[in-house]
Amino acid sequence: MSVRATARITAALDGRGVTSLPVLAGDGPLAPRRTRTPTGSGARVTVVGAMSAPLGGDRLTIVTRVGEGARLTVDSAAATVALPGEGCEPATYETELSVGERAELRWLPEQFVSAHGSVLHMTTRVRLAPTARLVLREEQILGRHAETTGTLISRLTVHRAGRPLIDQQLAYGPGAPGGWDGAAVLGGHRAVGQLLVVEPAFDERYPEARLLGDTAVLTPLAGPAVLVTALAADARRLRGVLDEALNELLDAPAG
Amino acid sequence: MSRAALLVLADGRFPAGGHAHSGGAEPAVRAGRIRDAEDLTEFCRGRLHTTGLTAAALAAAAAHGHDPIALDEAADARTPSPALRAVTRRLGRQLMRAARATWPSPELAVLAGARPRGAHQPVVLGLTARSAGLGPEDAAHCAAYETVGAPATAVVRLLSLDPFEATAVLARLAPELDRIAVRAAAAAHGTIDALPAASAPLLDITAEAHAAWPVRLFAS
Repeated sequence: MSVRATARITAALDGRGVTSLPVLAGDGPLAPRRTRTPTGSGARVTVVGAMSAPLGGDRLTIVTRVGEGARLTVDSAAATVALPGEGCEPATYETELSVGERAELRWLPEQFVSAHGSVLHMTTRVRLAPTARLVLREEQILGRHAETTGTLISRLTVHRAGRPLIDQQLAYGPGAPGGWDGAAVLGGHRAVGQLLVVEPAFDERYPEARLLGDTAVLTPLAGPAVLVTALAADARRLRGVLDEALNELLDAPAG
Repeated sequence: MSRAALLVLADGRFPAGGHAHSGGAEPAVRAGRIRDAEDLTEFCRGRLHTTGLTAAALAAAAAHGHDPIALDEAADARTPSPALRAVTRRLGRQLMRAARATWPSPELAVLAGARPRGAHQPVVLGLTARSAGLGPEDAAHCAAYETVGAPATAVVRLLSLDPFEATAVLARLAPELDRIAVRAAAAAHGTIDALPAASAPLLDITAEAHAAWPVRLFAS
């Protein structure tokens, strides 16, 4: 039996200037829990996987809104493993994020792992107000340890002030179009990651494009944002590259 | 439509500057990722289904009559690498000069005025096709063919690959190229936001590295 579930998180600034969570609603396998913030400012939510998901045929959605001036960090307790279902239907995982004026969202989930035989379609749509800040990490691991990958198709679309900022689709695995593991796309790597940082202050001072090793690059986009694109042999090495870039980028606007 | 116009536009001798670009093949050869005709096939196939589909859809959408400025923004959002954005704008400017001399039209003149430093090449290509009386699928065919033609030609020089073998690679990819053009043309009937955005991480990463090489055979 396949699952349809939608979890909702809404963060808003209350009268005292503190971020509250007027909506925090789990559903099926998606259980968002309020957790302690390491920095003390803003709110933090950890999505706990309440059961194994997504299986083929499952349709999971997370909707998150961050209201004007609010600050929210969302992470997850463990990696999400896409597994094959009983039929041949793909699983879908949709993430819809909106961030208001002067608000900030740090979207830092654990990895998505594409297990052998699974088919997962991920869609992440983000709408940002002109003064919104965003940190968004996406990591895809093709196959569990020593296993061939499932099929993973993911699209990330971000609009800022109603204009397209970044739009990318990645497709890997047996059901993907040809050439995905060749010299133009993955070149045999099994961990793929992206880190997007949207920071209005980049309009004044832009980080320059630079390589982060042989298979990762930091690139300024056509708007006030940078994207780190990284390939690695495994999840641990991928996280190392993205963490280093994140620490530098979060220090940069203040400095 | 005029089939001959399509041949003129797709001809490698059309003076639009494409011959100076390897489509990411030069860094792939240097890194040892392309060593023979088989690697080249997988490289071209991967490029065709990612940036090839994306470029073909932008070209088809421009030929269909979508707003070229909105398409130019959509191309920016689909090109995270500043080195590649600079390359496709430079190629767009060169193509615009050739197009306005070949098939002048008010639409080309408006886009040239709005983007004096160059619009993204696939958008200019689509609008050129439109000015030549060609349709969205023709534009998509041209764009998709360029994404595999450039690396195949470049690898002949970079690896001393037999030109017959390189051409055989292109011939083997022809049925897939036709399917990409059909998909791109179908997408052109939808909204600009829904156009394909398929991307290739290694091409984005190596483009930045390649742009910083002090000496290189190809511009990209």
